[in-house]
Amino acid sequence: MSVHISRDVDDALDNLASRKDATVLAGGTDLLVEINFGRLRPAHIVAIDRVDELKDFSRNGHVRMGALVTYTRMLENDAGSVALQEAARPIGSPQIRNAATIGGNLGTASPAGDTLPVLAALEATVVLRSKKGERRVPFADFITGPKKSVRRPDELIVAAEWDDAGPAQTFMKVGTRNAMVIAVAGLALVVDRRRRRVGVGLGSCGPTIIRATEAERFAAGLLEEAGWDRTHRPSEAAAKEFGRLAAGAAKPIDDVRGTAAYRRHVLAVMGARALARVAAIP
Amino acid sequence: MRIKLTVNGEEREAEAADHESLLTVLRESLSLAGSKNACEQGECGSCSVLMDGDLVCACLVLGAAAAGRNVQTVESLSDGEQLHPVQRAFVEAGAVQCGFCTPGLIVATYALLKRNPEPSDQEVREALSGNICRCTGYGKILEAVDRASGAMYRR
Repeated sequence: MSVHISRDVDDALDNLASRKDATVLAGGTDLLVEINFGRLRPAHIVAIDRVDELKDFSRNGHVRMGALVTYTRMLENDAGSVALQEAARPIGSPQIRNAATIGGNLGTASPAGDTLPVLAALEATVVLRSKKGERRVPFADFITGPKKSVRRPDELIVAAEWDDAGPAQTFMKVGTRNAMVIAVAGLALVVDRRRRRVGVGLGSCGPTIIRATEAERFAAGLLEEAGWDRTHRPSEAAAKEFGRLAAGAAKPIDDVRGTAAYRRHVLAVMGARALARVAAIP
Repeated sequence: MRIKLTVNGEEREAEAADHESLLTVLRESLSLAGSKNACEQGECGSCSVLMDGDLVCACLVLGAAAAGRNVQTVESLSDGEQLHPVQRAFVEAGAVQCGFCTPGLIVATYALLKRNPEPSDQEVREALSGNICRCTGYGKILEAVDRASGAMYRR
Protein backbone atom coordinates (compact mmCIF):
# COMPACT_ATOMS: atom_id res chain seq x y z
CA MET A 1 0.00 0.00 0.00
CA SER A 2 1.19 3.51 -0.75
CA VAL A 3 -0.22 6.75 0.61
CA HIS A 4 -0.01 10.17 -0.94
CA ILE A 5 -0.81 13.06 1.40
CA SER A 6 -2.04 15.76 -0.95
CA ARG A 7 -0.88 19.36 -0.50
CA ASP A 8 -3.56 20.92 -2.66
CA VAL A 9 -6.23 20.00 -5.20
CA ASP A 10 -3.84 20.02 -8.18
CA ASP A 11 -1.45 17.75 -6.33
CA ALA A 12 -4.32 15.34 -5.55
CA LEU A 13 -5.54 15.42 -9.16
CA ASP A 14 -2.02 14.75 -10.52
CA ASN A 15 -1.81 11.77 -8.23
CA LEU A 16 -5.27 10.47 -9.14
CA ALA A 17 -4.47 10.80 -12.85
CA SER A 18 -1.24 8.85 -12.51
CA ARG A 19 -2.75 5.92 -10.60
CA LYS A 20 -5.80 4.11 -11.94
CA ASP A 21 -6.17 2.16 -8.68
CA ALA A 22 -6.28 5.13 -6.30
CA THR A 23 -8.75 5.38 -3.44
CA VAL A 24 -9.58 8.83 -2.07
CA LEU A 25 -9.41 9.29 1.71
CA ALA A 26 -11.21 12.26 3.27
CA GLY A 27 -12.58 11.94 6.84
CA GLY A 28 -12.06 8.18 6.81
CA THR A 29 -15.25 7.30 8.67
CA ASP A 30 -16.51 5.05 5.85
CA LEU A 31 -13.23 3.92 4.28
CA LEU A 32 -11.50 2.86 7.49
CA VAL A 33 -14.42 0.62 8.46
CA GLU A 34 -14.05 -1.20 5.15
CA ILE A 35 -10.28 -1.47 5.68
CA ASN A 36 -10.54 -2.53 9.34
CA PHE A 37 -12.96 -5.31 8.45
CA GLY A 38 -10.78 -6.50 5.59
CA ARG A 39 -13.40 -5.74 2.95
CA LEU A 40 -11.11 -3.31 1.12
CA ARG A 41 -7.36 -3.43 0.68
CA PRO A 42 -6.60 -0.28 -1.33
CA ALA A 43 -3.27 -0.42 -3.16
CA HIS A 44 -2.90 3.34 -3.28
CA ILE A 45 -4.54 5.97 -1.11
CA VAL A 46 -4.77 9.67 -1.96
CA ALA A 47 -5.39 11.49 1.32
CA ILE A 48 -7.07 14.84 0.78
CA ASP A 49 -7.88 15.57 4.43
CA ARG A 50 -5.41 18.46 4.68
CA VAL A 51 -6.34 20.25 1.45
CA ASP A 52 -7.46 23.59 2.84
CA GLU A 53 -9.05 24.89 -0.37
CA LEU A 54 -11.65 22.10 -0.07
CA LYS A 55 -12.68 23.48 3.33
CA ASP A 56 -13.98 26.75 1.86
CA PHE A 57 -17.56 27.56 2.49
CA SER A 58 -19.38 30.54 0.97
CA ARG A 59 -22.96 31.76 1.31
CA ASN A 60 -24.29 34.69 -0.57
CA GLY A 61 -27.71 33.65 -1.83
CA HIS A 62 -25.87 30.80 -3.50
CA VAL A 63 -24.18 28.28 -1.22
CA ARG A 64 -20.91 26.59 -2.11
CA MET A 65 -19.80 24.05 0.45
CA GLY A 66 -16.30 22.66 -0.06
CA ALA A 67 -16.11 18.88 -0.04
CA LEU A 68 -14.11 18.80 3.19
CA VAL A 69 -16.59 20.71 5.32
CA THR A 70 -17.28 18.44 8.29
CA TYR A 71 -20.64 17.97 9.99
CA THR A 72 -19.23 19.74 13.05
CA ARG A 73 -18.50 22.81 10.93
CA MET A 74 -21.97 22.69 9.41
CA LEU A 75 -23.36 22.86 12.95
CA GLU A 76 -21.05 25.67 14.08
CA ASN A 77 -21.86 27.89 11.12
CA ASP A 78 -24.88 28.96 9.17
CA ALA A 79 -24.74 25.95 6.86
CA GLY A 80 -26.80 27.56 4.12
CA SER A 81 -29.60 25.09 4.80
CA VAL A 82 -31.51 24.46 8.01
CA ALA A 83 -32.46 20.97 6.83
CA LEU A 84 -28.80 20.17 6.25
CA GLN A 85 -28.02 21.17 9.84
CA GLU A 86 -30.91 19.05 11.11
CA ALA A 87 -29.49 16.14 9.14
CA ALA A 88 -25.93 16.76 10.33
CA ARG A 89 -26.70 17.04 14.03
CA PRO A 90 -27.54 13.41 14.80
CA ILE A 91 -25.07 11.89 12.31
CA GLY A 92 -22.86 9.44 14.20
CA SER A 93 -21.33 11.06 17.27
CA PRO A 94 -19.07 14.06 17.97
CA GLN A 95 -16.09 11.88 17.01
CA ILE A 96 -17.68 11.04 13.63
CA ARG A 97 -18.95 14.57 12.99
CA ASN A 98 -15.46 16.01 13.60
CA ALA A 99 -14.04 13.83 10.83
CA ALA A 100 -16.81 13.04 8.34
CA THR A 101 -17.42 15.42 5.44
CA ILE A 102 -20.10 16.35 2.94
CA GLY A 103 -17.80 15.23 0.12
CA GLY A 104 -17.41 11.87 1.83
CA ASN A 105 -21.17 11.45 2.13
CA LEU A 106 -21.43 12.16 -1.61
CA GLY A 107 -18.44 9.98 -2.49
CA THR A 108 -19.78 6.96 -0.58
CA ALA A 109 -23.15 7.55 -2.28
CA SER A 110 -24.98 5.31 0.17
CA PRO A 111 -28.78 5.44 0.01
CA ALA A 112 -28.53 5.93 3.79
CA GLY A 113 -26.29 9.01 3.62
CA ASP A 114 -28.23 11.50 5.73
CA THR A 115 -27.18 14.70 3.97
CA LEU A 116 -28.17 13.30 0.60
CA PRO A 117 -32.00 13.58 0.81
CA VAL A 118 -31.41 17.24 1.72
CA LEU A 119 -29.13 17.80 -1.27
CA ALA A 120 -31.78 16.12 -3.44
CA ALA A 121 -34.56 18.35 -2.08
CA LEU A 122 -32.35 21.44 -2.55
CA GLU A 123 -31.63 20.40 -6.17
CA ALA A 124 -27.95 20.75 -5.36
CA THR A 125 -25.14 20.49 -7.88
CA VAL A 126 -22.10 18.28 -7.33
CA VAL A 127 -18.87 19.88 -8.55
CA LEU A 128 -16.29 17.39 -9.81
CA ARG A 129 -12.79 18.25 -10.95
CA SER A 130 -10.09 16.35 -12.83
CA LYS A 131 -6.99 17.41 -14.73
CA LYS A 132 -9.26 17.78 -17.76
CA GLY A 133 -11.34 20.41 -16.01
CA GLU A 134 -14.42 20.85 -13.89
CA ARG A 135 -17.91 19.48 -14.49
CA ARG A 136 -21.10 20.21 -12.64
CA VAL A 137 -23.54 17.35 -12.15
CA PRO A 138 -27.09 17.86 -10.90
CA PHE A 139 -27.55 15.81 -7.72
CA ALA A 140 -30.35 13.86 -9.42
CA ASP A 141 -27.80 12.49 -11.94
CA PHE A 142 -24.93 11.97 -9.51
CA ILE A 143 -25.87 8.71 -7.77
CA THR A 144 -26.47 5.77 -10.11
CA GLY A 145 -26.97 2.89 -7.64
CA PRO A 146 -26.20 1.78 -4.10
CA LYS A 147 -22.74 3.28 -3.38
CA LYS A 148 -22.29 4.09 -7.06
CA SER A 149 -21.92 7.50 -8.62
CA VAL A 150 -20.84 9.11 -11.89
CA ARG A 151 -17.51 10.19 -10.35
CA ARG A 152 -14.64 8.89 -12.50
CA PRO A 153 -11.52 7.51 -10.79
CA ASP A 154 -9.50 10.54 -11.93
CA GLU A 155 -12.02 12.98 -10.46
CA LEU A 156 -12.33 14.60 -7.09
CA ILE A 157 -15.57 15.86 -5.59
CA VAL A 158 -14.64 19.46 -4.80
CA ALA A 159 -17.92 20.99 -3.62
CA ALA A 160 -21.68 20.88 -3.39
CA GLU A 161 -23.63 23.96 -4.42
CA TRP A 162 -27.22 25.06 -4.14
CA ASP A 163 -29.35 28.18 -4.15
CA ASP A 164 -30.27 29.34 -0.68
CA ALA A 165 -33.89 28.18 -0.43
CA GLY A 166 -34.83 30.14 2.69
CA PRO A 167 -35.81 28.81 6.12
CA ALA A 168 -38.89 26.73 5.20
CA GLN A 169 -37.25 23.32 5.19
CA THR A 170 -36.71 20.35 7.46
CA PHE A 171 -35.12 16.92 7.70
CA MET A 172 -36.38 13.96 9.73
CA LYS A 173 -35.19 10.43 10.20
CA VAL A 174 -36.25 7.36 12.12
CA GLY A 175 -33.74 5.18 13.94
CA THR A 176 -33.37 3.21 17.14
CA ARG A 177 -31.68 6.08 19.00
CA ASN A 178 -30.75 9.69 18.26
CA ALA A 179 -27.01 9.09 17.90
CA MET A 180 -25.02 6.50 15.99
CA VAL A 181 -27.79 5.15 13.82
CA ILE A 182 -28.08 4.37 10.18
CA ALA A 183 -31.52 5.73 9.35
CA VAL A 184 -34.40 3.30 8.88
CA ALA A 185 -35.86 6.02 6.67
CA GLY A 186 -35.18 9.74 6.22
CA LEU A 187 -37.09 12.57 4.60
CA ALA A 188 -36.14 16.12 3.61
CA LEU A 189 -38.68 18.75 2.65
CA VAL A 190 -37.68 22.12 1.19
CA VAL A 191 -40.22 24.82 0.36
CA ASP A 192 -38.48 27.63 -1.50
CA ARG A 193 -41.11 30.33 -1.10
CA ARG A 194 -39.30 32.87 -3.28
CA ARG A 195 -38.76 30.52 -6.22
CA ARG A 196 -42.10 28.77 -5.66
CA ARG A 197 -40.55 25.34 -5.61
CA VAL A 198 -41.01 22.25 -3.40
CA GLY A 199 -38.35 19.54 -3.05
CA VAL A 200 -38.84 16.20 -1.29
CA GLY A 201 -35.89 13.82 -0.88
CA LEU A 202 -36.16 10.33 0.64
CA GLY A 203 -33.29 8.33 2.11
CA SER A 204 -32.77 4.73 3.25
CA CYS A 205 -35.81 3.53 1.36
CA GLY A 206 -34.52 2.51 -2.06
CA PRO A 207 -31.33 1.75 -3.98
CA THR A 208 -30.58 5.48 -4.29
CA ILE A 209 -31.90 8.73 -2.88
CA ILE A 210 -35.44 9.23 -4.22
CA ARG A 211 -37.25 12.42 -5.18
CA ALA A 212 -40.96 12.18 -4.32
CA THR A 213 -42.20 14.18 -7.31
CA GLU A 214 -45.94 13.54 -6.83
CA ALA A 215 -45.71 14.71 -3.23
CA GLU A 216 -43.81 17.78 -4.46
CA ARG A 217 -46.57 18.62 -6.96
CA PHE A 218 -49.26 18.10 -4.34
CA ALA A 219 -47.52 20.41 -1.85
CA ALA A 220 -46.91 23.01 -4.56
CA GLY A 221 -50.67 22.97 -5.27
CA LEU A 222 -51.42 23.54 -1.57
CA LEU A 223 -48.96 26.44 -1.43
CA GLU A 224 -50.38 27.93 -4.61
CA GLU A 225 -53.79 28.02 -2.93
CA ALA A 226 -52.57 29.21 0.48
CA GLY A 227 -50.10 31.73 -0.99
CA TRP A 228 -46.40 30.98 -1.39
CA ASP A 229 -45.38 33.91 0.77
CA ARG A 230 -47.75 33.07 3.64
CA THR A 231 -47.52 30.60 6.46
CA HIS A 232 -50.46 28.28 6.81
CA ARG A 233 -51.66 25.24 8.65
CA PRO A 234 -52.42 22.41 6.21
CA SER A 235 -55.53 20.40 7.05
CA GLU A 236 -54.93 17.02 8.63
CA ALA A 237 -56.25 15.38 5.46
CA ALA A 238 -53.86 17.37 3.26
CA ALA A 239 -50.86 16.58 5.47
CA LYS A 240 -51.81 12.90 5.44
CA GLU A 241 -52.19 12.88 1.67
CA PHE A 242 -48.75 14.49 1.30
CA GLY A 243 -47.29 11.77 3.55
CA ARG A 244 -49.06 9.07 1.55
CA LEU A 245 -47.64 10.40 -1.72
CA ALA A 246 -44.14 10.69 -0.23
CA ALA A 247 -44.29 7.08 1.01
CA GLY A 248 -45.65 6.00 -2.36
CA ALA A 249 -42.45 7.14 -4.07
CA ALA A 250 -40.28 4.87 -1.90
CA LYS A 251 -38.88 1.57 -3.11
CA PRO A 252 -38.01 0.04 0.24
CA ILE A 253 -36.75 -3.44 1.07
CA ASP A 254 -36.87 -5.58 4.20
CA ASP A 255 -33.49 -5.58 5.94
CA VAL A 256 -31.96 -5.74 9.42
CA ARG A 257 -32.96 -2.16 10.18
CA GLY A 258 -36.63 -2.45 9.30
CA THR A 259 -39.22 -3.91 6.99
CA ALA A 260 -40.38 -2.32 3.76
CA ALA A 261 -43.87 -1.91 5.25
CA TYR A 262 -42.50 -0.12 8.32
CA ARG A 263 -40.41 2.18 6.13
CA ARG A 264 -43.49 3.16 4.10
CA HIS A 265 -45.40 3.74 7.34
CA VAL A 266 -42.78 6.01 8.89
CA LEU A 267 -42.31 7.94 5.64
CA ALA A 268 -46.02 8.72 5.62
CA VAL A 269 -45.89 9.87 9.24
CA MET A 270 -42.73 11.94 8.69
CA GLY A 271 -44.15 13.43 5.50
CA ALA A 272 -47.31 14.64 7.24
CA ARG A 273 -45.31 16.10 10.14
CA ALA A 274 -42.74 17.70 7.86
CA LEU A 275 -45.40 19.47 5.81
CA ALA A 276 -47.16 20.80 8.91
CA ARG A 277 -43.82 22.00 10.31
CA VAL A 278 -42.54 23.63 7.13
CA ALA A 279 -45.85 25.26 6.12
CA ALA A 280 -45.73 27.19 9.41
CA ILE A 281 -42.25 28.62 8.67
CA PRO A 282 -42.37 31.97 6.81
CA MET B 1 5.91 2.72 6.44
CA ARG B 2 7.78 4.98 8.90
CA ILE B 3 5.84 8.05 9.92
CA LYS B 4 6.64 11.02 12.12
CA LEU B 5 3.95 12.58 14.24
CA THR B 6 3.55 14.42 17.52
CA VAL B 7 2.09 12.31 20.31
CA ASN B 8 1.38 13.84 23.70
CA GLY B 9 3.67 16.74 22.94
CA GLU B 10 6.63 14.66 21.79
CA GLU B 11 7.90 14.11 18.26
CA ARG B 12 7.65 10.39 17.67
CA GLU B 13 8.60 8.10 14.85
CA ALA B 14 6.39 5.06 14.41
CA GLU B 15 5.85 2.12 12.15
CA ALA B 16 2.48 2.22 10.37
CA ALA B 17 2.00 -1.02 8.48
CA ASP B 18 -0.22 -1.16 5.41
CA HIS B 19 -3.88 -0.56 6.23
CA GLU B 20 -3.20 -0.12 9.94
CA SER B 21 -5.20 2.48 11.83
CA LEU B 22 -3.77 5.19 14.05
CA LEU B 23 -5.15 3.17 16.96
CA THR B 24 -2.95 0.20 16.09
CA VAL B 25 0.05 2.50 15.61
CA LEU B 26 -0.52 4.04 19.05
CA ARG B 27 -1.04 0.72 20.81
CA GLU B 28 1.50 -1.47 19.08
CA SER B 29 4.21 0.71 17.63
CA LEU B 30 4.22 3.35 20.38
CA SER B 31 3.09 1.10 23.28
CA LEU B 32 0.36 3.52 24.31
CA ALA B 33 -2.32 1.00 25.23
CA GLY B 34 -4.65 3.46 26.99
CA SER B 35 -6.77 3.90 23.86
CA LYS B 36 -8.80 0.70 23.60
CA ASN B 37 -9.65 -1.35 20.56
CA ALA B 38 -13.19 -2.72 20.47
CA CYS B 39 -15.50 -2.15 17.53
CA GLU B 40 -13.08 -0.83 14.86
CA GLN B 41 -15.97 0.99 13.20
CA GLY B 42 -16.30 4.21 15.17
CA GLU B 43 -19.34 3.00 17.10
CA CYS B 44 -18.01 2.55 20.63
CA GLY B 45 -15.65 5.49 21.23
CA SER B 46 -13.18 3.49 23.33
CA CYS B 47 -10.32 4.62 21.06
CA SER B 48 -11.16 8.34 21.34
CA VAL B 49 -8.16 10.65 21.01
CA LEU B 50 -7.64 14.29 20.11
CA MET B 51 -6.11 14.89 16.69
CA ASP B 52 -5.07 18.47 16.01
CA GLY B 53 -7.44 19.32 18.88
CA ASP B 54 -10.50 17.50 17.54
CA LEU B 55 -12.03 14.48 19.25
CA VAL B 56 -11.88 11.56 16.81
CA CYS B 57 -11.90 7.76 16.81
CA ALA B 58 -8.30 6.63 16.34
CA CYS B 59 -9.62 3.46 14.68
CA LEU B 60 -10.99 5.58 11.81
CA VAL B 61 -7.71 7.37 11.10
CA LEU B 62 -5.36 5.65 8.68
CA GLY B 63 -2.00 5.37 10.46
CA ALA B 64 0.09 6.11 7.37
CA ALA B 65 -2.02 9.20 6.67
CA ALA B 66 -1.53 10.50 10.23
CA ALA B 67 2.03 11.64 9.48
CA GLY B 68 2.59 15.16 10.77
CA ARG B 69 -0.52 15.15 12.93
CA ASN B 70 -0.63 16.21 16.56
CA VAL B 71 -2.24 13.45 18.63
CA GLN B 72 -3.19 13.58 22.29
CA THR B 73 -4.11 10.35 24.06
CA VAL B 74 -5.50 9.55 27.50
CA GLU B 75 -1.92 8.95 28.70
CA SER B 76 -1.24 12.69 28.48
CA LEU B 77 -3.86 13.69 31.03
CA SER B 78 -2.38 12.66 34.35
CA ASP B 79 0.69 14.37 35.74
CA GLY B 80 2.67 11.35 36.86
CA GLU B 81 0.68 9.79 39.68
CA GLN B 82 -1.47 12.90 39.93
CA LEU B 83 -4.75 12.18 38.19
CA HIS B 84 -6.40 14.75 35.95
CA PRO B 85 -9.61 16.18 37.52
CA VAL B 86 -11.67 14.28 34.93
CA GLN B 87 -9.98 11.01 35.89
CA ARG B 88 -10.40 11.72 39.60
CA ALA B 89 -14.07 12.54 39.10
CA PHE B 90 -14.66 9.19 37.34
CA VAL B 91 -13.04 7.33 40.25
CA GLU B 92 -14.89 9.30 42.91
CA ALA B 93 -18.29 8.99 41.23
CA GLY B 94 -17.93 5.22 40.74
CA ALA B 95 -18.17 5.74 36.98
CA VAL B 96 -15.62 2.98 36.34
CA GLN B 97 -16.68 -0.65 36.46
CA CYS B 98 -14.89 -2.95 34.03
CA GLY B 99 -12.96 0.10 32.87
CA PHE B 100 -12.70 -0.74 29.19
CA CYS B 101 -14.70 2.27 27.97
CA THR B 102 -13.20 4.58 30.58
CA PRO B 103 -10.18 5.98 28.67
CA GLY B 104 -12.41 6.92 25.74
CA LEU B 105 -15.02 8.48 27.99
CA ILE B 106 -12.35 10.43 29.84
CA VAL B 107 -10.90 11.83 26.62
CA ALA B 108 -14.41 12.69 25.36
CA THR B 109 -15.25 14.37 28.68
CA TYR B 110 -11.96 16.27 28.63
CA ALA B 111 -12.73 17.46 25.08
CA LEU B 112 -16.25 18.51 26.12
CA LEU B 113 -15.20 20.45 29.23
CA LYS B 114 -12.40 22.25 27.39
CA ARG B 115 -15.01 23.62 24.97
CA ASN B 116 -17.96 23.90 27.32
CA PRO B 117 -16.97 24.29 31.01
CA GLU B 118 -20.48 23.85 32.43
CA PRO B 119 -22.52 21.74 30.02
CA SER B 120 -26.19 21.01 30.61
CA ASP B 121 -27.29 17.42 31.12
CA GLN B 122 -28.53 17.34 27.52
CA GLU B 123 -25.20 18.66 26.22
CA VAL B 124 -23.31 16.01 28.19
CA ARG B 125 -25.51 13.26 26.79
CA GLU B 126 -25.00 14.52 23.27
CA ALA B 127 -21.24 14.97 23.72
CA LEU B 128 -20.83 11.42 25.06
CA SER B 129 -23.24 9.81 22.60
CA GLY B 130 -20.34 8.22 20.72
CA ASN B 131 -19.01 6.40 23.78
CA ILE B 132 -20.65 3.15 24.75
CA CYS B 133 -20.49 1.74 28.30
CA ARG B 134 -22.02 -1.67 28.95
CA CYS B 135 -21.59 -1.67 32.75
CA THR B 136 -22.61 1.54 34.44
CA GLY B 137 -25.91 2.47 32.87
CA TYR B 138 -24.38 5.94 32.37
CA GLY B 139 -25.84 7.51 35.55
CA LYS B 140 -22.49 7.52 37.34
CA ILE B 141 -20.76 8.75 34.21
CA LEU B 142 -23.06 11.79 34.02
CA GLU B 143 -22.33 12.39 37.69
CA ALA B 144 -18.59 12.15 37.02
CA VAL B 145 -18.80 14.78 34.27
CA ASP B 146 -20.63 17.10 36.62
CA ARG B 147 -18.00 16.55 39.34
CA ALA B 148 -15.19 17.13 36.86
CA SER B 149 -16.76 20.36 35.67
CA GLY B 150 -17.04 21.47 39.28
CA ALA B 151 -13.45 20.54 40.09
CA MET B 152 -12.09 22.26 36.98
CA TYR B 153 -14.18 25.41 36.79
CA ARG B 154 -16.45 26.07 39.79
CA ARG B 155 -14.50 27.21 42.78
